[in-house]
Amino acid sequence: MKQTARIHDLYRPVAERVRDYREVERRLPVETVREQAARCADCGIPFCHGAGCPLENCVPDFNAAAAAGNWSEAYRLLSQTSFFPEFTCRICPALCEGACCQGVAGEPVMIRQCEKAIIETAFQHGMVRPVRPVVRNGRKIAVVGSGPSGLFASEALNRAGFSVTVYEAAHRPGGLLRYGIPDFKLDKRVIDRRLEIMKASGIEFITDTRIGQDISGTYLARHYDAVVLAIGTPAARDLSIPGRELKGIHFALDFLRSQTRSIHGEISENPLCAKGQRVLIIGGGDTGSDCAGTAIRQGATEVRQIEIMPMPPESRSPSTPWPQWPWMLRTSSSHLEGCAREWNLASDCFLGNEAGQVTGVQTHQVEWALSPEGRPLKPAPVAGSERIIECDMVLLALGFTGVPAEGLAKELELDRTPRGALVPAPDRHIYALGDCANGASLVVRAMADAKKVTRQIAKDLLS
Amino acid sequence: MKTQLFHPRQRGLYDPAQEHDACGVGLVADLNNRPSHEIVAQGITVLRRLMHRGAAGSDPETGDGAGLLTAIPDAFFRAHAGTALPPRGQYGIAMIFGGLGEEAILEAIIRSEGGQVLGWRDVPVVLKAAGKTARQTAPRIRQLFIGGTDFPDQGAFERKLFVMRRLIEKQTHDLYICSMSSRSIVYKGLLLATQLEQFYPDLNDADFASPLAVVHQRYSTNTFPTWSLAHPYRYLAHNGEINTLRGNLNALKARERLFKSPLFGDDLAKLLPLVAPGQSDSASLDNMFELLVAAGRPLEHAMLMLVPQAWGQNYYMGRDVRAFFEYHSALMEPWDGPAAIAFSDGVNAGAILDRNGLRPARYTLCKSGLFVLASETGVLDIPPEDVASKGRLKPGEILYLDLEHHRLIDDSEIKNRLARSKPYRRWVEENRLSVHGLFTDITASEPEADLPERQRFFGYTREDLELILGPMAEQGKEPVGSMGNDAALAAVSEKPRLLFDYFKQQFAQVTNPPIDPIRESLVMSLMTYIGNQGNILAETPEHARLIKLRRPVLTDDELKHLQDFGERGFRSIRLDCGFPADGGADALRKALCDLAEKAVEAVREGRKIVILSDRHLAFGMAAIPSLLACSAVNRALADADLRPGAGIVVESGEVREIMHFALLLGYGATAVNPYLALETASALARSGAVKTDPVTAAGNYIRAVDKGLLKTMSKLGISTLRSYRSAQTFEAVGLNRTFLNEFLPGTASRVGGIGLEEIARDAVRRARPGQPESPLSSGGEYRFRRDGEAHLWTPQSLSAFRQAVQTGDRAKFREYSRLIDEQAGHLCTLRGLFRFKSAKSIPIDEVESVESILKHFVSGAMSLGSLSPEAHETIARAMNRIGAMSNCGEGGENAARFIGDCNSAIKQVASGRFGVTINYLRHARDIQIKMAQGAKPGEGGQLPGYKVNEFVAELRHSTPGVTLISPPPHHDIYSIEDLAQLIRDLRVANPRARISVKLVSELGVGTVAAGVAKAHADVVLISGHDGGTGASPLASIKHAGMPWELGLAETQQTLVLNRLRGKVKLQVDGQLKTGRDVVIAALLGAEEFGFATTILVSLGCVMMRQCHSNTCPMGIATQDPELRKRFAGKPEYIENFLRFIAEEVREHLASLGLHSLAEACGRADLLETDRAAASAKAEKLDFSAIFRPAEGKERCFDEAAPRPAEETFDHRELLGKLKLDGTPETVTARISNADRTAGTEIAGLVNDRFGAAGLPEDTVRIRLAGSAGQSFGAFLAPGITLELAGEANDFVGKGLSGGKIVIRPPENFGCRPEENVIAGNVIGYGGTSGKIFLNGIAGERFAIRNSGMTLVAEGIGDHGCEYMTGGRVVVLGHVGVNFAAGMTGGIAYVYDEKGHFDLSCNPDGVDLESVEPGSDAEAELKTLIGEHLRETASPRAARMLDDWERYRPRFVRVFPVEYRNALARQGGAR
Repeated sequence: MKQTARIHDLYRPVAERVRDYREVERRLPVETVREQAARCADCGIPFCHGAGCPLENCVPDFNAAAAAGNWSEAYRLLSQTSFFPEFTCRICPALCEGACCQGVAGEPVMIRQCEKAIIETAFQHGMVRPVRPVVRNGRKIAVVGSGPSGLFASEALNRAGFSVTVYEAAHRPGGLLRYGIPDFKLDKRVIDRRLEIMKASGIEFITDTRIGQDISGTYLARHYDAVVLAIGTPAARDLSIPGRELKGIHFALDFLRSQTRSIHGEISENPLCAKGQRVLIIGGGDTGSDCAGTAIRQGATEVRQIEIMPMPPESRSPSTPWPQWPWMLRTSSSHLEGCAREWNLASDCFLGNEAGQVTGVQTHQVEWALSPEGRPLKPAPVAGSERIIECDMVLLALGFTGVPAEGLAKELELDRTPRGALVPAPDRHIYALGDCANGASLVVRAMADAKKVTRQIAKDLLS
Repeated sequence: MKTQLFHPRQRGLYDPAQEHDACGVGLVADLNNRPSHEIVAQGITVLRRLMHRGAAGSDPETGDGAGLLTAIPDAFFRAHAGTALPPRGQYGIAMIFGGLGEEAILEAIIRSEGGQVLGWRDVPVVLKAAGKTARQTAPRIRQLFIGGTDFPDQGAFERKLFVMRRLIEKQTHDLYICSMSSRSIVYKGLLLATQLEQFYPDLNDADFASPLAVVHQRYSTNTFPTWSLAHPYRYLAHNGEINTLRGNLNALKARERLFKSPLFGDDLAKLLPLVAPGQSDSASLDNMFELLVAAGRPLEHAMLMLVPQAWGQNYYMGRDVRAFFEYHSALMEPWDGPAAIAFSDGVNAGAILDRNGLRPARYTLCKSGLFVLASETGVLDIPPEDVASKGRLKPGEILYLDLEHHRLIDDSEIKNRLARSKPYRRWVEENRLSVHGLFTDITASEPEADLPERQRFFGYTREDLELILGPMAEQGKEPVGSMGNDAALAAVSEKPRLLFDYFKQQFAQVTNPPIDPIRESLVMSLMTYIGNQGNILAETPEHARLIKLRRPVLTDDELKHLQDFGERGFRSIRLDCGFPADGGADALRKALCDLAEKAVEAVREGRKIVILSDRHLAFGMAAIPSLLACSAVNRALADADLRPGAGIVVESGEVREIMHFALLLGYGATAVNPYLALETASALARSGAVKTDPVTAAGNYIRAVDKGLLKTMSKLGISTLRSYRSAQTFEAVGLNRTFLNEFLPGTASRVGGIGLEEIARDAVRRARPGQPESPLSSGGEYRFRRDGEAHLWTPQSLSAFRQAVQTGDRAKFREYSRLIDEQAGHLCTLRGLFRFKSAKSIPIDEVESVESILKHFVSGAMSLGSLSPEAHETIARAMNRIGAMSNCGEGGENAARFIGDCNSAIKQVASGRFGVTINYLRHARDIQIKMAQGAKPGEGGQLPGYKVNEFVAELRHSTPGVTLISPPPHHDIYSIEDLAQLIRDLRVANPRARISVKLVSELGVGTVAAGVAKAHADVVLISGHDGGTGASPLASIKHAGMPWELGLAETQQTLVLNRLRGKVKLQVDGQLKTGRDVVIAALLGAEEFGFATTILVSLGCVMMRQCHSNTCPMGIATQDPELRKRFAGKPEYIENFLRFIAEEVREHLASLGLHSLAEACGRADLLETDRAAASAKAEKLDFSAIFRPAEGKERCFDEAAPRPAEETFDHRELLGKLKLDGTPETVTARISNADRTAGTEIAGLVNDRFGAAGLPEDTVRIRLAGSAGQSFGAFLAPGITLELAGEANDFVGKGLSGGKIVIRPPENFGCRPEENVIAGNVIGYGGTSGKIFLNGIAGERFAIRNSGMTLVAEGIGDHGCEYMTGGRVVVLGHVGVNFAAGMTGGIAYVYDEKGHFDLSCNPDGVDLESVEPGSDAEAELKTLIGEHLRETASPRAARMLDDWERYRPRFVRVFPVEYRNALARQGGAR
């Protein structure tokens, strides 16, 4: 058990991967995964399962099955709690690993890799089959939005015997999975593969249809026994500083979506290509990192990511004791591909040329007051630290602000929380789940929320 | 106070059915068969000399009972009867307690049965000779003289007297008959041994003459004045306990109506029921014995039938004798237990020891014809030159005094004569039925496609496959786990549970010892029969016409063979055990009735094998819980007088765990076919999940069950399955009494619970089809699972706890406490349903301080060995800092720690005695005798070789890499009086320390605790069943023992009721987690509180439950140097934790209006049931018996109570004459058997003055003459030499820590030393260094757990060198069976005169070698024999050395294989 070490180089070589949009993570050989799975200690209290994974995946059980090479059992166990392991195994930060007991004093088990091997082996051997309900209960449900939570809810409701129709505004289903996550992290064929199975199990998908625009929300409410809103948080957080009107300043998600659509032929040419440009990404999160990887592949001459927050500690911060997801410095595959990172930088204004094209951003340094556990509390500007960062393109990756008050929310007379999340109306059988109900979060949390809410829906509708 | 013959009735949790007793026993007789008063007087002397084996209660002047059985002194009664008596033999005397106003009934019965009422005599008594309590409760004592001149012979008269007595007993209420015979008479009472002769002036009369006397001094676990329970009974006096009583009585009940005897004819019915309900074990045995004798069997025959020796293949015996035992095994299951029994019919007498030989019985025969046998030697002063022989009863040995022919008949003659009195061998051989295919080859089951569905139908979980069946099928062993059980009790669980889960196994503690089912397997047996004859009073060849089952688990093929057997009279019937799934409880009840009816009908029609099957249930049927089916049929057959002949085979898919088998057998099943478990084992093997082939997997599984059953039986001290069957040794938690009375009568259940309805519902729930694709449910019993069983430790509670104690975050701790305390929705414990009554609160500053509360806290016993040194020291340091006490566990402690801040205050003395030296004891503030452990009560332990590194080996005085075994029992505690002796030994070893005794909660723990209090312990610890462990069988973690809430409340109530509460402090532990837990425990009676798991979690433990594998990633439960580096625990964490707890305690106390924990002690009335927390199921529980405060004034420990002063031999005879300044000195004195623990006080002083190293050899020489009492030279320190001319009793050199003990016969001794038994049982137990030389023979278990001593003896009993890990042993003569069992270290040399030592040796772990000339072995052996000669002047040693080349070739060197390997490794390392 102690002999096997965790594997750290999970990616294809940089020189190779930046030349294509294929997944950067290499597939580990099955034998390697078995060895890694065998590191699992089958703990008395599996925190991975009990505290880490929002989906409550039974990690030790599938680890054991994987270690034994019993892939069908492993798949059976995994698919009990997780309907789409092929997504989480690629893009989940693996909260389970943050909660792994082996990680308290050593390195956690490679749970995400194990999950990947299980689901990919299952697909390979045709174990992943449509699950059709034994009986249909005659109730119809409309699901609005086909992102992670929408898809998960559809699958769950379909299994429970409901007839599910999914409405998607975009050309293809998948939501953020498809348009928000670059191909090099999640190959879109993975989504299509799943959609085929979902369709075969009887779920109907209607795309290119925006509810509230193409079809009214009230229509849905009238024609379905329940309406499930899984519309995410469409409104990106803006940076309202002087010069925002300049050309060359884009929202990160627009930039990512554009690249994906161009790869998959939805548009013939990418209008937001960073080729030959100096790209500055404002916002230090995962979306920003995805932008970096995309810009590098497009041929940007320089990619830089800045963040107002301080640099996280190298290892688990005391503010997030085990088994919580550790707050610590994370370096993505994109960062390793040639993205400079800076912390403690606040943006004052955008600078532009006569043509109205952005040429740089003026920044200043901040200093953070810290909590006793080392958590940043309040920034203070550092006098004389002003600096101009030159660039040709600015990508704003500052998160999301929730669901707009106008549109569907208003039409369906749904309240919103102060932070812009929808307040569902179960009495009218209108539900909300995922980011639109809870604010922007992880894919796995969106799915977990869908699991919880659909249980409630089934209870409300069938009792 | 009113006259009291019997126990008080049940109150609260106190149940008189749980009373135990034990004691000292003696027999004196004159082989010349001359009645004399001298024999009577000598009997009384013996009694007096055994007085220390008895006990007194809260009134020190009132003994637990003493008595005497003699032949009727004819002359005396002719003078004193007050009426004319017919000739000797034609009158009988009834000795009667009470019965005032019932005289007419007696007389009528006597007359109607043909006797004459001759007259009454008031027995003169001197009341003031008795203690106060005894005086107040003394009954009127009278003798009734009965004429029997009309009977053809004295035998017929005796039988009639028996009938009369039974009739009288049945028709009167307040009367007890001590004896009623024309041959013998019993004088007894609630007396101390010294009071007997004063109380009964009769006994001093010179005419009171008898050729024999049987005497008994009692030690009971209560203080209730119960005159009737003194021994002897009519025929016997017994030292020990009959473990198998429940099974024996149930078997008796099932067969007594089938009894027929031409001697009794119709009178037989008048005797029934033979055993009155609620009788003691000894009294019941006496009744059974009486019947067998009255029906015509000779005394010794009846005794061998009831208490047979073990006769398995490991015993060397003749074919006739073996057949005798085999034949009788079909008639009667053994009445086993630690038993030394003296018996007499007033004419002849005898004595017997049970198969385990756990009670001492030493005898001396004088040239004058005087014979004395007693629990100790030295009870009569006999001049050495008058001794003809001295000996001891060996395990299973019987002696018979045929006084009529003036002969002492030995074991071999008795057994051979009886074996040939009938052609038993021929009967057995000719009638034994052989079933083709039974127990020849094991065959595997063929897994079928619908296996998962059927697994779901019977509630299988993934854990059943992975943790239970998998390991059993792969390794053939019980699966092992670690840490305590924090999962929900079935009683409160919200998951559907199997009926099996509501039961908890009982186990032996203190009053009787568990057995080691591995090392002492030779006394155990799983053999059982189908087709027994019910009338055991007759002997016919048909009694041997039986199917013999070697084990109770049957494979599918074996069941088929049995079913197809078809021999006339052995045909079978298969009955379906299903009920309509839509029918609920009524359908289940009806199905059970039908089942029982059909079974009775079938057996009545001549079928002998009833197969209860749920294998082929029709669609829409749910399975009847197999336990219900089995019990229903068992009882129905018994009620119809059909049970003895029939076999009940349970063919059930439900059965998989060892506990399931144990329950079925315990409720009457003959055999079990666990078809689904076998099929699952096959499937696991096929899928590769179990790495073996299906046939091996099936064999392994069965082997694992066999081992597990032996373990389960052995925990109770029961040796044979035949005695275990129907013994119902379980307690239910969460089942209501109505249900139990209807379906499983005789099962204790103290908090009520669910009934048939809920049980039916769960069965039906399982019968519903599930998703075919989905895996089995997770279980979550052993490991936390979101969808599984509820646990106290969850990811949430554990992480909140960690953060709280590591950062001192109060709010986090509150969050944690809420998760534990508020169990609504996830009930785990009984206390989860308790609530404090609302009370007038007081300001918190009026409550005692945190500092003061901390003093009530102790840490749980966790050994160095199971824990890393870092973790172990951190705990001690933390506890010392806050004024609490840490407990070092049973693995010894680094002596360097004794001085300084990490000395463990509590030092444990466990059965392995690892590291228990005088130095260790001397540095304890509290010495804890661990009788049992919550996670595995009744079991021993094992520290695997890979965990024994250099450091651990040094602490435990063993060899690195060599496996260390802790035996299940303390080999110096087989009975309550032994515990009293050990307590005394330890107190003498360190008078400054308090002595505590650790018990585990179970039904009856209160009475055991009362016994412990009477043994003068200072502290009694009641552990919950859920306590932690470094490694235990999962079945034990889950299914043995009870929650502490019950055990603690019972103990508190019983101690208060017995007026013993003030004598002891009560400590509690077992998953104590919050301040609320502490306060609840206090209200139920606890004064000190132990924490273990929480302490480990404070140090970083995350409950991986891998302690048994040495892979603890937190560096806590491991010896791996790399992992130990990871240890990140700090004493501050433990301090934070305990302070948080203390703060919570204060808050709760304040809200209850209590100022201190002391004030809270025993206030159970402040608790009530929290109905709001209860689920539908838990709502049915009834805690009124727990919340009933104990009746009595003294509710907690009384600091001011006078402590018993230990008067010691050393103090009285030696210390005044010794300087102990390090200069050589010699002192002489006489010693008697009442002088116990001689030399130990001096050892303690030497340790204080000179440290662990003590003094140079022979500095202090103590020369003694006489018979030494028990524990002679216990814990002796280096430099002290005890030389004894005479003999010694049990436990010589216990815990020897250096020093030397030399025992040789006295001058002018009448017989050869090498034929003389010179020392008792268990010599040198747990000794670590020093030397013992015995110029004579020693008893059983010589040099047991030796880890460094040198011992030489000239012959020893059974089980020599058991569990030995070091040192040297030389035996110059015969050794008994099972030598070197579990021996993993050291070397023994045995002189093998007859050349078959290999038959006596347990060869499992040792090599036997010759002693080659010129070898190191020869040199060592010669040196040792030379030393023996020098010390003892042994003639045999001299002969051997003189003629060495003649003797050398016959020596065998016994070399443990593991030891050899370890030595080789060490050699290699060098």
